[in-house]
Amino acid sequence: MPPPRSTKRPAPRVRIHPLGDTALLAELGTRLDTALNTRAIALATALKKRRDVRQAVAGYAGVTVHFDPDQTTPDALGAAIKRLAAKRPPMAEPGRLHRIPVVYEGPDLAEVATRLKLSPEKVIELHSRPIYRVFLVGFVPGWAYLGPLPEELELPRRHVPRTLVPAGSVAIAGRQSGIYPLPSPGGWHLIGRTSVKLFLPDRDPPCLFRAGDRVKFFAIPR
Amino acid sequence: MTVVLRVIEPGLFTTVQDLGRPNAITAGVPPGGAMDRFAHRAANLLVGNAETDATLECTLTGPHLLAKNSCLIAIAGADLEPRVNGQAVPMWTGIFLSSGDRLAFGARRLGGRAYIAVAGGIEADRWLGSASTNLMAGRGGLRGRNLKAGDEVGVAREATRPSVAGRHLPERLRPPYSDHALFAIAGPHVKRLEPDGRNQLFGAAFKVSREADRMGYRLDGPKLATSGDELLSFGLTAGVVQVPRGGQPILLMADHQTAGGYPVVAVLVSGSMPVAAQLVPGDELHFVETTLDRARQMRTSMRTALDTLR
Repeated sequence: MPPPRSTKRPAPRVRIHPLGDTALLAELGTRLDTALNTRAIALATALKKRRDVRQAVAGYAGVTVHFDPDQTTPDALGAAIKRLAAKRPPMAEPGRLHRIPVVYEGPDLAEVATRLKLSPEKVIELHSRPIYRVFLVGFVPGWAYLGPLPEELELPRRHVPRTLVPAGSVAIAGRQSGIYPLPSPGGWHLIGRTSVKLFLPDRDPPCLFRAGDRVKFFAIPR
Repeated sequence: MTVVLRVIEPGLFTTVQDLGRPNAITAGVPPGGAMDRFAHRAANLLVGNAETDATLECTLTGPHLLAKNSCLIAIAGADLEPRVNGQAVPMWTGIFLSSGDRLAFGARRLGGRAYIAVAGGIEADRWLGSASTNLMAGRGGLRGRNLKAGDEVGVAREATRPSVAGRHLPERLRPPYSDHALFAIAGPHVKRLEPDGRNQLFGAAFKVSREADRMGYRLDGPKLATSGDELLSFGLTAGVVQVPRGGQPILLMADHQTAGGYPVVAVLVSGSMPVAAQLVPGDELHFVETTLDRARQMRTSMRTALDTLR
């Protein structure tokens, strides 16, 4: 009798790269993929419990691990990471759902629509249709990388980034969407704006979104 | 809080710093903290403080401070020609200020960032577990900003250990600030460099451009071409050398962005961070590929140096 077929996904092959002498990057894959990101978040959570780990930050498809070089070596920690990553990840809890009101009047909306050969209304409909996942919080305080963006809206970043993007700008680039939490330079296409505050300096953690959360945009009139 | 120092002139850019807020990086908040952790720690230990106490980080030109009460201080890191009442005072040494004494600085002689520790630790706002100043959020340190004329700087507590002036860290135990060889481990994406790129990275001279601050330094020098698809963003660390599309490398420092997707071609070892922290625009540097063994030796010698002050 053949062995029963396993229905579980194969554990990803982990690649360990040192980042200097006090950190390493554990790469689980190179695709924008919800399952990989779920594994990365679970791995980061497990690693934070180790005494030789100072901090573990999940990226899209990997974990950046800051470790105490007096307690471990990249080789020893890398081997432990490979063992942890081979385990079936705990059932991912559905992240909190945030509903974000958007005035779709961004300065790039018309150009985005033209380049995609869509009407602005179609761009708005496509952008506000999915429930996005927060893949990663980082870059600047409170910024969250959201995805996947519908394929129909995929555009490379602007050739010339803006030197100043206003806080609350709702933007797209590649297969991602995001909201600028603070006034900052930026190269994404601005299609709308929201009054929701993403960076909350007097709270801990000081941001609205956390990795693994879900985000739904909805259009509101000006 | 006891006010110990009044700011007569703030210097070019003086902020309160400590060892940063490493736990905030998961919220996208830069870790912050002293750029030169060795000098910060040494200054604290010279006045009997804990290494975690806050110090003043003074950039390029030092402040002019008036002692409102007697206090024990130490200045470490960049040599900005410190003087008390016009008389030169030694660096890396515990010195007493009496009420009415004036601490000022002259010309920059070595490095870019000096650290002033005061016995008892500098009193500052704490944000997310650290007294480091974060200008973007306007939190931590002195009301989230750099020092201004008229500010008053206090100590967090009475000095717990007996305050002894004259403790000193000899020159041979300090980082080699004038030797701009930065030791680095090849990064995860070094193979994305064009064939000659790795030789250039670890052979050519680079220069710190004018775009250099606590977030990082853009480096002038040979353009490093990279190939391959765009990377998915991942967590970054201070010391990372990343190469954006244009090929101009960026060395990330204490207030670096917490995540990004540019190829990381090298990462400085922790033992080279103090030297990197003291670089100023126009300084030449070169990267030297090294091993984790050599990195451990560098860490050990820095720790041994600081242990002489405990």
